[in-house]
Amino acid sequence: MAALIEPADAVAARIDALYRTESRRVYATLVRLLGDFDIAEEALHDAFRAALERWPKVGVPENPRAWLVSAGRFKAIDGIRRRTRFVAMDDVSDIVDALPDESITADAASIEDDRLRLIFTCCHPALAADAQVALTLREVCGLTTEAIAQAFLTGAPTLAQRIVRAKAKIRDARIPYQVPEPDELAERLGNVLRVVYLVFNEGYSASSGDSLTRVDLSAEAIRLGRLLVELLREPEAQGLLGLMLLQESRRAARTSPTGDLVLLHEQDRTLWNRTLIDEGSALVERALASRRFGPYTLQAAIAGVHAHAPTVEATDWTEIVGLYDVLLRVEPSPVIELNRAIAVAMRDGPAAGLALIDALLADGDLDGYHLAHAAHADLCRRLGETARARASYRRAIGLARQEPERRFLERRLADLPA
Amino acid sequence: MKYLCLVYLDERRLAEVPDAECKACGDALRRSGHMIAAEALQSVHTATTVRVRGGKVSVTDGPFAETKEVLAGFYLVDATDLDQAIDIAANIPPARIGSVEVRPVRELVVDDAAPVRAVGGEPR
Repeated sequence: MAALIEPADAVAARIDALYRTESRRVYATLVRLLGDFDIAEEALHDAFRAALERWPKVGVPENPRAWLVSAGRFKAIDGIRRRTRFVAMDDVSDIVDALPDESITADAASIEDDRLRLIFTCCHPALAADAQVALTLREVCGLTTEAIAQAFLTGAPTLAQRIVRAKAKIRDARIPYQVPEPDELAERLGNVLRVVYLVFNEGYSASSGDSLTRVDLSAEAIRLGRLLVELLREPEAQGLLGLMLLQESRRAARTSPTGDLVLLHEQDRTLWNRTLIDEGSALVERALASRRFGPYTLQAAIAGVHAHAPTVEATDWTEIVGLYDVLLRVEPSPVIELNRAIAVAMRDGPAAGLALIDALLADGDLDGYHLAHAAHADLCRRLGETARARASYRRAIGLARQEPERRFLERRLADLPA
Repeated sequence: MKYLCLVYLDERRLAEVPDAECKACGDALRRSGHMIAAEALQSVHTATTVRVRGGKVSVTDGPFAETKEVLAGFYLVDATDLDQAIDIAANIPPARIGSVEVRPVRELVVDDAAPVRAVGGEPR
């Protein structure tokens, strides 16, 4: 049956929509077929250009994605032929023969695998940590270098340089374009999840002032999280997505209308997004039920307890302390000890929490961490130890790097009784 | 593809990796077909650095840079990709106490039209 020929502007609108939903999929497959990020990027744009030319005349093909993949592949091979026209024909056919047969390119399963390959390659631990983040946003999410630079408040040339270097290493050191074998998957997935969570936190903690003009990194991270949950049956991927959704559910309550930080304890809980809470909680339950969960699932479980508590007082602090105990066994860290101490203060009173924080600060690991001093100050204030509270708030203000956090601590300091 | 695995180590801890274990590692790589060449090096105090500046050869004692971890040996291996090279490097015994730098080997770009100089040959 001949494809239906639609009006040109309707076809253009469909191509536009396809570009938004399909271009990164097509790209991931082209990277596998062509073996090079830059050639694949060029081929992707050639494929969409060809669609804009052809489809208004011959109609939209039945399987547009497959059409775009083969068009991109063909254009790239054509380009290789042109560039190598002074080279012996044998060499050209070697290059073309080395490209896998296009009949294996279009089925849905292999295309989904290509998206995973792209993620694991961009998050390869042999690449510099900041390059992994930039490359994932650029290649997997399709963000422009300018948008990523703006989101991370870095210069676009610096970021472009980082991406170019990472791509060169992938090519020259031959980082494979593949999903890790099952025995390596857990460890490599850990790195992917770390990159996704880093992107999320960058978006989540960004100061609100100029956020309107910046790309929403938290939304990108959640999209990546959804993709991983969809493509891999791994409980920790579910746990991370759950954690991000539960944190995102509090976004509207986290800042006051004047852009000031509002702590969990003081947030207007009616502003919390119930849809996100329900989705996040369901993911956490699935992950916990698998019994193969890790630190993200546990942090999400803690966020879930908060999400279901009608007030601070009615929060199940015993459950939260218990979850922190498990978390500390999985991933010992002084920051988690600090959070556990704050939960103990809520369960057993400020004096019990303060004793734990005093001991933690005495160990020295948290001495440069502003939130440790802020928590210390807060418990001293609640115990009426104003002088100690004042000293700790000052220490915290000296260490805080983000403006809203500093303003928040300065208000607390000013509110102390003289 | 060829990768060079450079083994760096604090020499005071050399005794923690017995030679027999290193030999076993090399034997295993030979059996699996990955091995091209591997050698352990004499202590860094035997090192001499050579430079040629303005046509003059200068010779100095010691390595190029003073660091705690020094080059202690190398493995030149054949691997399909970086992941396989990393696997090989992770099984080199001194990786436990020192570090292994994995570097892909670069093919020299030689213009076919230009005359190729004999290996080690000075202009004639």
